[in-house]
Amino acid sequence: MTYLKNVATLVYDPEKCTGCRRCVEVCPHGVFEMWDGKARITDKDRCMECGACALNCEFGALAVGSGVGCAAALIKSMVTGGAPACGCVGDEAGTGNCC
Amino acid sequence: MAMQALNMVSDPDLRKPAWVTGLVHTSVGQVPLVSSQWSRLDRLGSIRSRISAFRMNYRVEPGLYAVGKPSAESDVFVSANYKLSFDILRRALKDINGWILVLDTKGINVWCAAGKGTFGTEELVKRIFQMRLVDLVSHRRIIVPQLGATGIRASEVRKRTGFFVHFGPVEARDIGRYLGSKYHADPDMRLVRFAMPQRLVLTPMEINQALKLFPLIALIILVFFGLRPTGIIFLDAWRDGWPFILLLLVSVLAGAFITPGLLPFIPFRSFAVKGWIIGAAAVVPLLFFTDLLGPGFSVIKASALVLFPLLSSYLALQFTGATTFTAVSGVKKELRIGLPIYICGAVVTLLLLILFKLQSWGIL
Repeated sequence: MTYLKNVATLVYDPEKCTGCRRCVEVCPHGVFEMWDGKARITDKDRCMECGACALNCEFGALAVGSGVGCAAALIKSMVTGGAPACGCVGDEAGTGNCC
Repeated sequence: MAMQALNMVSDPDLRKPAWVTGLVHTSVGQVPLVSSQWSRLDRLGSIRSRISAFRMNYRVEPGLYAVGKPSAESDVFVSANYKLSFDILRRALKDINGWILVLDTKGINVWCAAGKGTFGTEELVKRIFQMRLVDLVSHRRIIVPQLGATGIRASEVRKRTGFFVHFGPVEARDIGRYLGSKYHADPDMRLVRFAMPQRLVLTPMEINQALKLFPLIALIILVFFGLRPTGIIFLDAWRDGWPFILLLLVSVLAGAFITPGLLPFIPFRSFAVKGWIIGAAAVVPLLFFTDLLGPGFSVIKASALVLFPLLSSYLALQFTGATTFTAVSGVKKELRIGLPIYICGAVVTLLLLILFKLQSWGIL
């Protein structure tokens, strides 16, 4: 299953890639594969912007805008202007409204 | 005096859970030994946590646990303190001797907690030191579930603790195969799947959320249809109100159950569009092939036609938060287009309903 086309904010700089394979290891959607000693992107539309690859790339070759994906949280932040938050982690005020 | 078990130190009143079957004596103290079997209570908990807010407080104490007959050579598996996550891991560790390091994720599963940072580098580093892992094991490997990679930066964990993070398979049930191939996961173990059973298991919570407001909305519907200039007439309220309540239920099920279930088979990639299609497919036949809202075309039918498919669409869009493949940029795009449409739809519905009321009162 793939979501909307051309929306993923994943950016990859092959110049910085050292071929450590971490991105291939952590991506849950097989977005990366190894090619000629470096990573390469197979299908960017499969990226769900979880951020695992960018966090685990020691060499700064990957960047992706990740964040809370709940529609309810995004609507709330659009209305109130605050940062999106599910309100389900970090305190006891859990509303039962969580991913 | 006997040493207290490591995890119990902070909470001496903690009652021993049934899945703790003993204590293992180690160089860092006594570690609770856990069973890899699920009891009836564990199974019941897994069901309750799938359907209700019960899961908001379904937790295990963070800390160190043992499974099987672990030694200083055994692997360390990291988990969340959501009990269902922990239970799935310990069940998968049947026939394996190992240590389980449970992070404090405030009772949230690994992937969601990783996305929010509680299943994160700081917490892992803190627990490695707190539980004196360097003294417990002779090696410097630690196995973190792959989906935890969203919160855990392996290079930093190594720098700060000396432990090398191996990202294990997505599904705990593949751990045996993963260990068998020397910490190598096959490509299929690295992929998150989202087949029909995995989608449907999420729908009770979606329906539950959607129906939270149901009694209130049903009441508003009844009051609306019963309203006359002279007061609220209960006969009208029920006679004209119940078809609307039925349509409400149908559109909730269309958006929060049918759409997630049939997801890949519904045309278009947008969840809002998918939900609208299913909502319309459910509501249109009820409006035009039954006498639910009377014969012919009417103002009240027009309002139902605007409102209910949009409601299904909105609920389907909420499901993006539960899927394994939707990107936040995509959800934002859907909302930028969808929200104005939802708001317009709500306004048009309201105007049509007012028109209907005025007609039925003989004012227009």
